[in-house]
Amino acid sequence: MNVTQAFKLALKSLQTSKMRSFLTMLGIIIGVGAVIIIISLGNGLTGMVEQQVEKVGVNQIYAYTWGMGDGTTSNITPEEMYAFIDENPQVFSGISPWVSGGQGVRRGGAEFARTGVYGVSEAMYRRETGSTLDGDTLAKGRYLQYVDVALRQNVCVIGAYLEREAFQGDALGKTLAISGIPYTVVGVLAQRGDELREGGGDDRVYIPYENALQMSGGRYVSLYQITATSRDTVAAAQSLLRDFLQDFYKDEDAWYNAYYIESMLDQVNMINSMMGIAMLVLVAIAAISLLVGGIGIMNIMLVSVTERTREIGIRKSLGAKRRDIRRQFIIEAGTTSAMGGLLGILFGCLVAMGLGSLLGGMLVESLGASGITFNATPTLSAILTSFGVSVGIGVLFGYLPANKAAKLNPIDALRYD
Amino acid sequence: MEHLIELKDVYKIYPMGEEEVHALDGVSLAIDPGEFVAIVGQSGSGKSTAMNIIGCLDVPTSGSYHLGGVDVSTMDDDRQAEIRNKMLGFIFQQYNLIPKLTVLENVELPLLYAGVAAEERQERALRALERVGLADKRKNLPSQLSGGQQQRVSIARALAGEPSVILADEPTGALDSRTGREVLAFLKKLNREGDTVVLITHDNSIAVKADRIIRLQDGKVIYDGDAHDPRAVVQPGEGEEETP
Repeated sequence: MNVTQAFKLALKSLQTSKMRSFLTMLGIIIGVGAVIIIISLGNGLTGMVEQQVEKVGVNQIYAYTWGMGDGTTSNITPEEMYAFIDENPQVFSGISPWVSGGQGVRRGGAEFARTGVYGVSEAMYRRETGSTLDGDTLAKGRYLQYVDVALRQNVCVIGAYLEREAFQGDALGKTLAISGIPYTVVGVLAQRGDELREGGGDDRVYIPYENALQMSGGRYVSLYQITATSRDTVAAAQSLLRDFLQDFYKDEDAWYNAYYIESMLDQVNMINSMMGIAMLVLVAIAAISLLVGGIGIMNIMLVSVTERTREIGIRKSLGAKRRDIRRQFIIEAGTTSAMGGLLGILFGCLVAMGLGSLLGGMLVESLGASGITFNATPTLSAILTSFGVSVGIGVLFGYLPANKAAKLNPIDALRYD
Repeated sequence: MEHLIELKDVYKIYPMGEEEVHALDGVSLAIDPGEFVAIVGQSGSGKSTAMNIIGCLDVPTSGSYHLGGVDVSTMDDDRQAEIRNKMLGFIFQQYNLIPKLTVLENVELPLLYAGVAAEERQERALRALERVGLADKRKNLPSQLSGGQQQRVSIARALAGEPSVILADEPTGALDSRTGREVLAFLKKLNREGDTVVLITHDNSIAVKADRIIRLQDGKVIYDGDAHDPRAVVQPGEGEEETP
């Protein structure tokens, strides 16, 4: 008997007891469905993180330089950092000090308590790309220039939120007060999010970094924003930078104590690997349901073999060999679990889509990350794998009952009532 | 000339606790092609065991069994299955049709296991159904047919593989006397058309329809000869016992 025949027979036997077949499949349906849902949501999250990172720029490197703090070693200066970056154009494409200037922005009588004030250098803006190292572009005016920074001019570049709220959309040349000192707006950045929100990415003021240092009372720049030429050069850039800083501070414990380097890519990789582990754990738990489903199939197949003892006897008397009988029952078990698998994939995809649009909306909302989408779709490989696994489970757990059927003695089987 | 069926000094011994039961106790018999033989005996006479061994469903404890010149007494499961498929056609008391398969699919089964291609399989199964006059019922399920019709389907199934021997085990046991007679007449017709028929029964009135009777008692052949000889139907010992 060939496989097609056995397959037709299996379908027929599934049809004759639909309820029982469905209940048998349920374990597999739930197991496969759960795996698909978990993988889909995981993919959605990973995709979201990727998108967010792509937006901020995956080539970002942050160098923290606190200095040894022992009073004997001086800290590295921005000029020394610039020189180093300029020497290695093959991996670095930009650097700017990044000093948090605290808060306290006022315009007229209005206070903008949540507006972030950041001290940067003119190097933050790159003429050749027309954007800042953060990826912002100018909507109006100009960016901070060398003279602004060198002379510590009281000028600023503001985000789109502030322009609308503080200046009613016309900020150029006007002033606002930062920690009580008036600053003239020389440039306005293009809106980066879909929505302008207080405290968001568009609610910012950029001023020369030394002005910011003064405001915060710090002596040294303790954070540099650096960009690598591309995602692929991030690792090389990081290691060059580390060698350079290690050489500068000389202390063997300098890493962590005097300086620290992290990159967006490190964070992405960390998040991805954490999410990968979490997904693996969840999938493993869901897989237990597949195991239970497999045992369910084995159980029902054993019952089926007993019920059909006479049929097996008849088939044997007509010339069915052991392998014919074994194949028939294995294919029946495999077909049952394969159909369970298909239904599970369907069920999983539907639930993932529903959950995806529900959760995705909430996530995007809560992150305030505009322009980012949450796609809870399973990968093709996940679908194919779960289908393969469900067929495999059927065959595996069908083997024992099938073998029992194959070994039946035809005389006893024929007499069985 | 070579016999079609030849049992030589066949023993079948079952252990029963400390004792041994000799279901067949040195049986020798030979059946030639084209014969219509009834193997008769009461329950416990060993006729079922004989039928199992002749039908290649079981192997003798000792002795030899040649079917079509081939020694089948020491074959394993799968080779026996092959022999059953190619050389034997079974007709059972309970018809033994598979209920969820149609009449045609039931008749196709031996051809399916013989590896005959789908088209030829259907054609041959249909021809066998035509021989028993049930070609028009080919799409029915067995449960939609009467007992006599079901038995004819099972005869068609036995014929489909064009076996050397038709082995009928109490073929009329589940039928009323009229349909029973029809089935017997049909077996006789098959025999006239050249098929070798071996009938196993406890019932003398059925056995006498055959040309030759082999009577078993306590695992031994006590009569082997013309069915019309008065000695063929003599029941030695106590009165005839009804077996189911």
